[in-house]
Amino acid sequence: MFESLTERFDRVLRKITGRGLLGDSQVDETLREIRVALLEADVNLDVVRSFIDRLRDRLKGAEVKEGLTPAQTVLKEVFDEVVHLLGDQKASLQLSSKPPTIIMLMGLQGSGKTTTAAKLAYHFRQSGRRVLLVASDLARLAAVEQLKILGEQIHVPVVVPDDGVSNPRDMFPKVRKKWIEGMHEVVILDTAGRLSIDPDLMKELVDLRNLYKPKESLLVLDAMTGQESVNVAKAFDADIGVDGVIFSKLDGDARGGAILSIRSVMGKPIKFVGVGEKVDRLEPFHPDRMASRIIGMGDIQTLLEKAQSAVSAEKARQIVTKASANQISLEDFLEQIRSMKKMGSADELLSMIPGASTLKSQVDFEKVESEMKRTEAIILSMTRLERLHPEKLDGSRRRRIATGSGTTVQSVNQVLKQFEQVRKMMKTALKPNGMRALKSLLPF
Amino acid sequence: MNILQRLGSGLKKTREKLGSSLAQLFGKERSPQFYEELEDLLVLSDVGPEQASLLIRDLKNWERDSENDNGKDPVLFLEERIASFFPLDPPVWVEQPDWKPVVILMVGVNGVGKTTTTGKLAHRFREEGKSVILGAADTFRAAAVQQLRLWGEKLDIPVVHQKEGADPAAVAFDTVKAALARKIDVAIIDTAGRLQTKHNLMAELGKIYGLVKREMEDRPFETLIVLDATLGQNTISQLENFRKAIPVTGMILTKLDGTSKGGIVVSLARKFHLPVRYVGLGEGKDDLVEFDPVLYARALLRPEESLRSS
Ligand SMILES: Nc1nc2c(ncn2[C@@H]2O[C@H](COP(=O)(O)OP(=O)(O)OP(=O)(O)O)[C@@H](O)[C@H]2O)c(=O)[nH]1
Ligand SMILES: Nc1nc2c(ncn2[C@@H]2O[C@H](COP(=O)(O)OP(=O)(O)O)[C@@H](O)[C@H]2O)c(=O)[nH]1
Ligand SMILES: [Mg+2]
Ligand SMILES: [Mg+2]
Repeated sequence: MFESLTERFDRVLRKITGRGLLGDSQVDETLREIRVALLEADVNLDVVRSFIDRLRDRLKGAEVKEGLTPAQTVLKEVFDEVVHLLGDQKASLQLSSKPPTIIMLMGLQGSGKTTTAAKLAYHFRQSGRRVLLVASDLARLAAVEQLKILGEQIHVPVVVPDDGVSNPRDMFPKVRKKWIEGMHEVVILDTAGRLSIDPDLMKELVDLRNLYKPKESLLVLDAMTGQESVNVAKAFDADIGVDGVIFSKLDGDARGGAILSIRSVMGKPIKFVGVGEKVDRLEPFHPDRMASRIIGMGDIQTLLEKAQSAVSAEKARQIVTKASANQISLEDFLEQIRSMKKMGSADELLSMIPGASTLKSQVDFEKVESEMKRTEAIILSMTRLERLHPEKLDGSRRRRIATGSGTTVQSVNQVLKQFEQVRKMMKTALKPNGMRALKSLLPF
Repeated sequence: MNILQRLGSGLKKTREKLGSSLAQLFGKERSPQFYEELEDLLVLSDVGPEQASLLIRDLKNWERDSENDNGKDPVLFLEERIASFFPLDPPVWVEQPDWKPVVILMVGVNGVGKTTTTGKLAHRFREEGKSVILGAADTFRAAAVQQLRLWGEKLDIPVVHQKEGADPAAVAFDTVKAALARKIDVAIIDTAGRLQTKHNLMAELGKIYGLVKREMEDRPFETLIVLDATLGQNTISQLENFRKAIPVTGMILTKLDGTSKGGIVVSLARKFHLPVRYVGLGEGKDDLVEFDPVLYARALLRPEESLRSS
């Protein structure tokens, strides 16, 4: 996600890159473009306005401060502001000192509550906790069935209403009995979607809150939400009390304005983000990483973490050492391709590589995947010696490899060229000081 | 409450938030602030910054061109301008009332209201005395088939379905075939929600479309994209990318009973010349009304007045 916002910032910044001092009209022009970029990303108008005002002060007052050029000043301000808007620190879920920890999910219709309930349950189960799901959406057709199926998939029990029960409050005694008997440590309530202006349904949530006394009442919001996001959030907070927010559907190309707006307006942390329909597609929210992703610096940290879970830590260290010494071989390259497959789809990965996210719209991912397969086949047709010493690959060896892999000499040449490029790129990107390396990739 | 009143009551809040009523706004001298506040109102309705400033430019141009005619109402101008973006060409079932079956493919991203709207539409056609069949081609999301089957039970309408995980194109194909064989008037096919950036899922949609088209022997049918009024500028990317995968013939705007105004359809209609067929105003079977561009534009721009007059 966020590609477009990244692209927009990129364009704005390029225009003023290399300028020593900005005149009034340039400042205005830059601010106008940033304003449009933010609004097109669905950042709330009030948030945009106050941000632009602050930025104007800084830019107008700023002769070249602390040795920063105007472009760098804009970038720094935007980065700081974005981090600030996203919340400065990673916030995690609070667990009750006395179990069970009760978590209640709430939100508008279709925002992703039920899926998120299952994702959270899976998350806790993975860390060895005894989890219980409660199907408290008795309004939408087949909502109970939906949670039941998800519960079966992840082997987490689901409490469903008895026949004739139509008010979710009435399930409470049954749920309580169940968590006591089952010694459950975490209880997660899925609730029906509702509009924040529907007084009856908001009252229903208040009742559930008073009954269950959840440790965490979490608002689930769609990352694509428009200008109303902050009003919806404020209404849920005022009526029920919101302890944190979970954004769903970040796997699309939403520019995430709602994410940028919510924290500053409501002061409540974002705790998780959903990045896919499947139960394992939930990620903790890291403000700083998200910020660098938004302004196009990629998210090398997440990438490295993903790499670590796919490759062993030892292997990763080896690769990093080799890469900085420019000693990566085709063996490593092959291994990388294989572990990349384990890490996720090509478009996901690309959005985490510094500077690469702006390329995304130009990439045909199916082609990428099929090329990866071809590359694998070509490398597999080499001898070990050839993989370690690609410079030995003369014409006749290349022809043999092409035949062996069912490809052409051209394709073999291409793979070798690509390998050279990767070798160079890794050398730059994986320097010990990640941030400094990232900066060197920036266009100014 | 009719659509105007519902839209109006929400917009009134937006207005109050802006701290000045439009009536005041338009009574004022044309200060720079006048245009700014009007632009803000449009932005807050999710019309989008680019489109909002285009509209203000339109207004300024018009005012300049009709300088001597200062009796004219600028709001009325904008209203007509916005309404004019929405094409009025009728859907297949109005244009060709004898064609049978009318086939409608429901598409859109996750959670926008496709299944619910499928149910509401079915109810609507049935109220008009038509026979209807539904196709449960969302075989992906947990209990999605069950959700549509329950709609079918509630409305007493047959639902073509297979088990979860089945090939959605096959379900769509079966639905059309069943409609043809049983001489049913209308077949509505519900599909799984898919984000427009997922290439494989968009390709799957292309396949569903292809099979329906083949079974329809190239007679026209409707593919309606369901858009959620709560969502913002991403909706542009949704329509753009769905149009790349399949020909989209119309839009449905859901959840207008909330506080969001779905102003993005103004940009979409202007850019793509696509009609909005219906708007969703709630979760019940009756909460679907035909889209009226003039009423919608009026509700966007002057809710209070529309409240009074209706
Ligand atoms: N791509 C993607 N889809 C998601 C994500 N989270 C949820 N969805 C999908 O969004 C749709 C709605 O999700 P639900 O979990 O049913 O939403 P809900 O808030 O429970 O909906 P209601 O109960 O009907 O109000 C489903 O199609 C989900 O598969 C996500 O992070 N990414
Ligand atoms: N308030 C309101 N809710 C709606 C409307 N249309 C659908 N919904 C709700 O939105 C949620 C998602 O709808 P669903 O039809 O399952 O969406 P799908 O995933 O696109 O099929 C459900 O809770 C519906 O009840 C509408 O017009 N207004
Ligand atoms: Mg649900
Ligand atoms: Mg559905």
